Amino acid sequence: MKIRKNAYFITGGILSAILTVIIVTGLFWTPYSTTAMNAQEKLQPPSWKHILGTDNFGRDVFSRVMEGAGTSLIIALLVVVIGCVCGIVFGSLCGYFGGAADLILMRICDAITAFPAMLLALVIVSLTGGGAGNIVLALGILFIPSFTRVVRTEYASCRDLNYINAARLMGVSNPRILYAHILPNTLSVLIPTITIGFNNAILAEASLSFLGIGIQPPQASLGSMLKDSQNYLASAPWYALGAGGAIVLMILAVSLLSEGVQQGTCRI
Amino acid sequence: MSRRIYALLLSSAILSCALGAGPGATMTIADEAGSASSGDAELVVGLPQDLDNSLDPYQITAAGTREVLFNVYEGLVKPDTDGNFVDAVASAHEISEDGLTYTFTLRKGVLFHNGDEVTIDDVLYSFDTCAATTTNSAVEAALSDIQDITADGEDVVITLASANSSFLSTVSSVTIVPASYKDQATAPVGTGPFKFDSYSPQDKAVLVRNDDYYGDKPALAKVTCRIFDDANALYTALDSGALDMAFHLTVDQAGSLSNGYEVSEGEMNLVQALYLNNANPPFNDERVRQALCYAVDKDMLLDLTEDGHGAKLGSSVYPSFRKYFAEDLVDAYPYDPAKAAELLQEAGAEGLTFTIKVPSNYTQHVDTANVLVEMFAAAGINAVIEKVEWNSWLENVYKGRDFEATVIGFDAAYLSPDALLQRWVSDNGSNFIGYSSPEYDAAMENAHTSAKDEEQVEAYKEAQKILSDTAANVYLQDLADFVALNPEFTGYEFYPLYAVDFSRIHPAS
Repeated sequence: MKIRKNAYFITGGILSAILTVIIVTGLFWTPYSTTAMNAQEKLQPPSWKHILGTDNFGRDVFSRVMEGAGTSLIIALLVVVIGCVCGIVFGSLCGYFGGAADLILMRICDAITAFPAMLLALVIVSLTGGGAGNIVLALGILFIPSFTRVVRTEYASCRDLNYINAARLMGVSNPRILYAHILPNTLSVLIPTITIGFNNAILAEASLSFLGIGIQPPQASLGSMLKDSQNYLASAPWYALGAGGAIVLMILAVSLLSEGVQQGTCRI
Repeated sequence: MSRRIYALLLSSAILSCALGAGPGATMTIADEAGSASSGDAELVVGLPQDLDNSLDPYQITAAGTREVLFNVYEGLVKPDTDGNFVDAVASAHEISEDGLTYTFTLRKGVLFHNGDEVTIDDVLYSFDTCAATTTNSAVEAALSDIQDITADGEDVVITLASANSSFLSTVSSVTIVPASYKDQATAPVGTGPFKFDSYSPQDKAVLVRNDDYYGDKPALAKVTCRIFDDANALYTALDSGALDMAFHLTVDQAGSLSNGYEVSEGEMNLVQALYLNNANPPFNDERVRQALCYAVDKDMLLDLTEDGHGAKLGSSVYPSFRKYFAEDLVDAYPYDPAKAAELLQEAGAEGLTFTIKVPSNYTQHVDTANVLVEMFAAAGINAVIEKVEWNSWLENVYKGRDFEATVIGFDAAYLSPDALLQRWVSDNGSNFIGYSSPEYDAAMENAHTSAKDEEQVEAYKEAQKILSDTAANVYLQDLADFVALNPEFTGYEFYPLYAVDFSRIHPAS
């Protein structure tokens, strides 16, 4: 897959690269401890010492954004991996073989998507309790139907094409047809689905933490930082801007990149 | 194509805005702040939590409900801002030399809010009903000590089995209610300066002036208490001028208020502590509890949560109790993480891990929990926060006792150390931490039976010392309390207990 370079791709790529470097660094090192409190440096405005200022406990907002974005990124990636892998497996089987199993699985998908995803996630997380593991599971399961549908449609349209029929006549095994022959042809549809899914996952995690049932304090999360910063919107706007800005930038970067990839691979 | 990217930018911006605004903040505020013209002045107040399900004066559990209904209910006597007891439904009271007989003269012509006149029968009924149904175990205990209560003309004579120099505070919490009235739980009727007009859950409670009040009539014709489940929504409404008054603001909120409201500072009159479930491991071991006490730097806590405002506590009594407050206990456990680690090792509880359940609607308790977790981490203790809703806290933590540790504040329902200390007596129904100490029970018994005031004060201090020595809980602070009031009004005064007296507030002009 050759990608022609375009403005979206370049901007998105650069932004993603910068963010990835910052976030990955944050997994191992932050300028300040993300939990150590300091009464002398409460609610300091941005300065060279604290580039995004400090919060109400004197913690460095930038360090906490690094940690929170890292948590969000890992959760979103895992959610997308769960959703995507399960979606490919279910979608390919349903789309290629059809039959009763296809019908039943698709109706189950319909049933899950009929509920607002956030609501279901809230119910699941409040039943199982918060924590990163439960969020990943809850969101991962909820993301399966959308992937399944997309993949199924692609497989259903491919299964009667000549090259597949030819492969079948040559005695190629089913798994090989499914994942070596058809799968690469679904990528143009799958990639945008993955990026949209990734963005949704970041927002979903932030929302759950915002509502207080996701990541629990003192571990930093962009959602819970936004929630805490509400009390200081007037006196310390940098607190909310740091957390909110990080969410916007992460989503923007991935969306631009995906838009760029699409434009580069499609003929307009 | 570029359309799509605009839509994307816009939607991500909107989404993050929606996240930032949060629940509640988008609600529209229909009511305008009250007008302060004399005679028909109306005050709009913001409440940070809903009222109790039952408004029956003997069934109230939440401090937030009690402080509002303080304006509706009265006892034979009631506390003033200095902590003395002044006559209310009684016009005079007399205590015999031996401290065993209390004689209250009923004030003539006191009317209930439903128009009925207060009779001796109502008073006797109130004492009986309160003794039988109160959820406040300290009041129940004090009332069970009454040997005889009789009507003598216009006098009520109460004879105690043993002298109790803080009995007047018990009397003040026996609010006088009409004997023939059965709807106290939903439509309270009392004798106070304000009548209870209406209440719609999660929305508002309305009090109106009692024009038949025997004392100084309130200047305010109407007080509307608007209920906010979200502290930020309340603050936004206050700052926008939709509310005239809000209490229990945090130091940051008070500091960033931009509408020119007058802010007064007092203390919340709460015992904020990390309450530990003494009945179950790991906190059934005294050494583990003491370790937690040593691991907390209270000065740092005050600095972090309140910019140094507030008062440090060492036991279950707060400073407004003056002579009863055992000040020397405040620093009984100096900050010493090494000692904490040593005690944990001794108890075989290295790597202690536990969960702190904290009601999510109380920002100050959540903040305190955050700071505690950090301090514990420094001593090698792994505490995890679990935020729970207020109702879930009441049901599961307080009533169900399903918790390891929780941060909360306890207020005094009436002005006696009993209101704070009786709770921890072994067989007390509200002893939700399952504290059990024979010495403590004995000290409290001593406090109740001592006739002399000094002896009683000593006994109460002894009880506090036992709580501190056995590290029943990790006592933290009495939070600073900030009250914001529209400058069109004036007259707010702090009480030494959790109460807001609307009858003293009047238009400034």
